[in-house]
Amino acid sequence: MKAIKYLFTGILFGIVLTKSEVISWYRIYEMFNFQSFHMFGIIGSAVVLGVLITQGIKGFGLKSIKGNPIVIPPKEKAFWRYLIGGTCFGLGWAMTGACPGPMFILVGSGATIFLLVIVSAMFGTFLYGVLRKYLPH
Amino acid sequence: MVEWISQPWPWYVAGPLISLVMFLLLYFGKRFGVSSNLKTMCTMVGAGKISGFFRFNWKDDVWNLLFVLGGLIGGYIAKEYLSLSETVEISEATIAQLQSLGIENPGASFLPESIFTWEALATPKYALMLVFGGILVGFGTRYAGGCTSGHAISGLSNLQLPSLIAVVGFFIGGLIMTHLILPYLLVL
Repeated sequence: MKAIKYLFTGILFGIVLTKSEVISWYRIYEMFNFQSFHMFGIIGSAVVLGVLITQGIKGFGLKSIKGNPIVIPPKEKAFWRYLIGGTCFGLGWAMTGACPGPMFILVGSGATIFLLVIVSAMFGTFLYGVLRKYLPH
Repeated sequence: MVEWISQPWPWYVAGPLISLVMFLLLYFGKRFGVSSNLKTMCTMVGAGKISGFFRFNWKDDVWNLLFVLGGLIGGYIAKEYLSLSETVEISEATIAQLQSLGIENPGASFLPESIFTWEALATPKYALMLVFGGILVGFGTRYAGGCTSGHAISGLSNLQLPSLIAVVGFFIGGLIMTHLILPYLLVL
């Protein structure tokens, strides 16, 4: 059962985000008020180490578990989709205190109301799929 | 050891562990991006009948669904077995500010209880926060092509300018909501 490694990686992710309070609405509210270093420390240290990991993978030509070279595709060049889409995301992030990962983790931690938030987010994704041809990218 | 794990984890433990999660997924030949699951789930419930955007073989992304299912289980394990207390150590300034907005006992648990329960749906402003907030996250993340994991962590780690623009957007939206909308919405 090769797929089980994804489940275990997810369990690690869920434990880390719960234990570090990233899934707490309060932590997100506090972050957007710049009243604590906590969230910035988490995202900042994850990115700094992430840069080293990503550059290391490229520099050493690290191969994946299946023996293929690890390829990290670049993001598509654009401007408005990132700025406008990102702003919509931020509005929702500050409102619900949860980005997509924490929504699922919160359900597991007992806050079942986030099932409703997940269904709403699915509907938002659906709206994007329907409206995308009319939106600036 | 168990006692240490039961405390809230500091940023310098959590941040590197998140990079480890990203590394593991890259090493498995995948990528770290949670929001794609929302699209996959739309496809699974038949959104492809209405929009071509959702016509793809969702079975290719089952690994990512397993990842978020793991996240859900991890949330359960952390809450049930690895935590001694429910409190969140937010700053005094944040507590005072939230009290002035009518939030009771800020930081006493992970979520403001007045907002994040099924009963809260009876209060229009809270129902709006849950439903419209969710819609904004789902719409925005697909429009921007990624969320905190895909852009802020994976994209910035790969030095992608598009991800930096997206993260600037995340903060524009978050700051507008926190400073210009929530202070009025919460006291309605």
